[in-house]
Amino acid sequence: MNLSWSPEYEQFRDQVRAFLAAEWTDEDRAAGPEPEGVGAFTGASVRVDERATAFRLQAIERGYLYRHVPRRWGGGEQPPDPLKATIIAEEFKRAKAPFEIMGQGPSMLAPTLIEHGTAEQKERFVRGTLLGHIRWCQGYSEPNAGSDLASLRTKAELDGDHWVVNGHKIWTSNASDADWMFALVRTEPDKPKHDGITYMLIDMKTPGIDVRPLRQMTGDADFNEVFFDNVRVPATSIVGQRGQGWVVSRSTLKHERALIGSASLQRRTFDGVLMMAQALERDGRRVVDDPVLRDRLVQVETRLIASELHGSRLLTMSQRGEDPGMSALVTKLFGTQLGYDLGKLAMDVSGAGGMLAPGEPNAPAMGMFGLAYMWSLGVLIAGGAANIQRNIIAERGLGLPRDQRK
Amino acid sequence: MDFGLSQDQVLLKETIRRWVEAESPTTRVRAVMESETGHDPALWRALGDLGVTGLMVPPAFGGAGLDLLDAALAAEEMGFGATPGPSLGSTMAVVALLASTDHEEHRRWLPGIASGEVVATLALGEPHDVWDAERLGTRARGPALVGEKALVPHGDVADLIVVAAQDDAGPGFWLVERAAKGLHTERLRPMDMTRPVATLRFDGTPAVKIAAGRDAIDRARDAGLVLLAADAYGGTRRCLDMTAKYALTREQFGQPIGAFQGVKHQLADLVTEVEPALSLWWYAAHAWDQIPEAAARHAALAKAHLCDLYDRATRICTELHGGIGFTWEYDLHLWFRRAIFDRAYLGGSEHHRARAAALAGW
Repeated sequence: MNLSWSPEYEQFRDQVRAFLAAEWTDEDRAAGPEPEGVGAFTGASVRVDERATAFRLQAIERGYLYRHVPRRWGGGEQPPDPLKATIIAEEFKRAKAPFEIMGQGPSMLAPTLIEHGTAEQKERFVRGTLLGHIRWCQGYSEPNAGSDLASLRTKAELDGDHWVVNGHKIWTSNASDADWMFALVRTEPDKPKHDGITYMLIDMKTPGIDVRPLRQMTGDADFNEVFFDNVRVPATSIVGQRGQGWVVSRSTLKHERALIGSASLQRRTFDGVLMMAQALERDGRRVVDDPVLRDRLVQVETRLIASELHGSRLLTMSQRGEDPGMSALVTKLFGTQLGYDLGKLAMDVSGAGGMLAPGEPNAPAMGMFGLAYMWSLGVLIAGGAANIQRNIIAERGLGLPRDQRK
Repeated sequence: MDFGLSQDQVLLKETIRRWVEAESPTTRVRAVMESETGHDPALWRALGDLGVTGLMVPPAFGGAGLDLLDAALAAEEMGFGATPGPSLGSTMAVVALLASTDHEEHRRWLPGIASGEVVATLALGEPHDVWDAERLGTRARGPALVGEKALVPHGDVADLIVVAAQDDAGPGFWLVERAAKGLHTERLRPMDMTRPVATLRFDGTPAVKIAAGRDAIDRARDAGLVLLAADAYGGTRRCLDMTAKYALTREQFGQPIGAFQGVKHQLADLVTEVEPALSLWWYAAHAWDQIPEAAARHAALAKAHLCDLYDRATRICTELHGGIGFTWEYDLHLWFRRAIFDRAYLGGSEHHRARAAALAGW
């Protein structure tokens, strides 16, 4: 156990810093507005303008971005080194420099294409996706296919050299901005349900696609419903073989599980809750001096520290090439449970003011903790709901019998 | 940047695990805990031969000179095995002895501790849940101690007792030998029979002062907190292992009970809390060894969290076993009882969380 960085890695960090100091200047930082949304999540820049693209290309050339993607398809192509990847992420965030594009295109679609796509598909999509020039949405969930995703019913029938798609997708983030959708559709209705699914790329400008915003419980519309009415998709737009879509999609879900449950966002939220508890007064004393809330603050922080350290342990296992086994399986459930407890604690520290809506100036912290509390339920459900996680942990981790499934 | 165990540490764990399986199965655990004194000197000497009793004793005195992290890994394995013995008190006593610059006392006691010939313990707590150095009522007047120590692990079989007490200069450590006059020991009936405790009364008992200052006491206490957290983790893992195995073999309604989601999800929730908690005590041990400014707070957090988790694990695992889990003959209650020890000894979870809040300057 040694928590300091060896000289080799310190030297690497110096190289990254020198690159950033030379190539992403104060002027660059000031030049472009930062888009709303995911940028706040990592702290790095998510700009995709010309200057940001030129910078990203340089960073890819140096092997700092998209390290797992071959150079041929627009990546940095480096041997796996989770410690170097961590240093790069830390330094890019510190410099507020354009980092790897967040979202489902680079994290889910690109790896799938590299593994299963044709040479033409890779050529056409991967590079533009990594630079943020081709934006993607994911067409998986349907009103009757949530946890039981493989029961999906959106169908595609071959008509000459086109598929004709009819159906209804839901919980589709970014559908109104996306250029393309990667979707799972049923092409072999007579086969057992997992064998009848095909992975398909659909141009969102195709006639017959109707995107309607879906308002979630927060009152905002961060998702959409997408309706397909005789949408004609070229027959060449499938990834992998016909009927193999379930297998093709598995690698992407794996990627999403790793994305959700980041401890650094929860650390920022916790620090905010603690500051609020120190600033607010109730019953003639600071809220942080209420013995019950004080105890809960420590309990939540303990689990947050466990989550952060668990990340370091997983990183070490990954660096050593060890199989993380159970320790990786529990990460999502632990993170989302902690997020819920943290959100609830934030509400209780807020006191009666917590009943005010997000954005209300008279609410503690402008009511932003109420929004976090609602979203803690959102992430608990997204990407494999909690009870699905429990099944995975029990079956794959503890070796208990599989549920009966139809 | 490496947050993991070394090959030597993995080997240490495996060695102790194998020894526990071969030499201290639960049949032997029960024989020891149901014996007159609750202590088996042969078992302790065997741990001495294995090198466990001397892990933190410097090589000059016959030990391995390793870190608290190594001792904590041993504690994890002995927690896994519900291994009876004075290991906790002994390791805290070694830490206390090493806080002293009195090499004569080192030479006198440490080799025996390392070989397993000598049983040492630390007498810290006092009646009414006093664990804090500043509040100790046991007083030294010249070379003699007066006062009462509560819940001293293996207090009635220890050859050497390191006593935390105060004199006019403040808190410090004194050494008392078992045969000293004016030392009255009273064995108590413990919930955890693998680690018996005693009340010690000092009535002008001859004692040698070996260290001064509350830092020495706090550091020994913090080492104890980390060892308890590691023990709790090991015990929790054992309960989980036993219960997952039982859920696969026990059949009701025509199928293994592990096929029911009610059972699967309770176990999944438990293991989801247990996995990340490992890192808490690893880090607390590492901080005690290497990062002094973080040591006290992380020891407190780890002890409170792991012991709460241990309690939860033993409760859920007993419940999932059904009737068999509530019998004396089935082994689960060994860990249920150890969880009670771990939670109570050196102060409860709320106590340590309150300390952690204060240590962070909240």
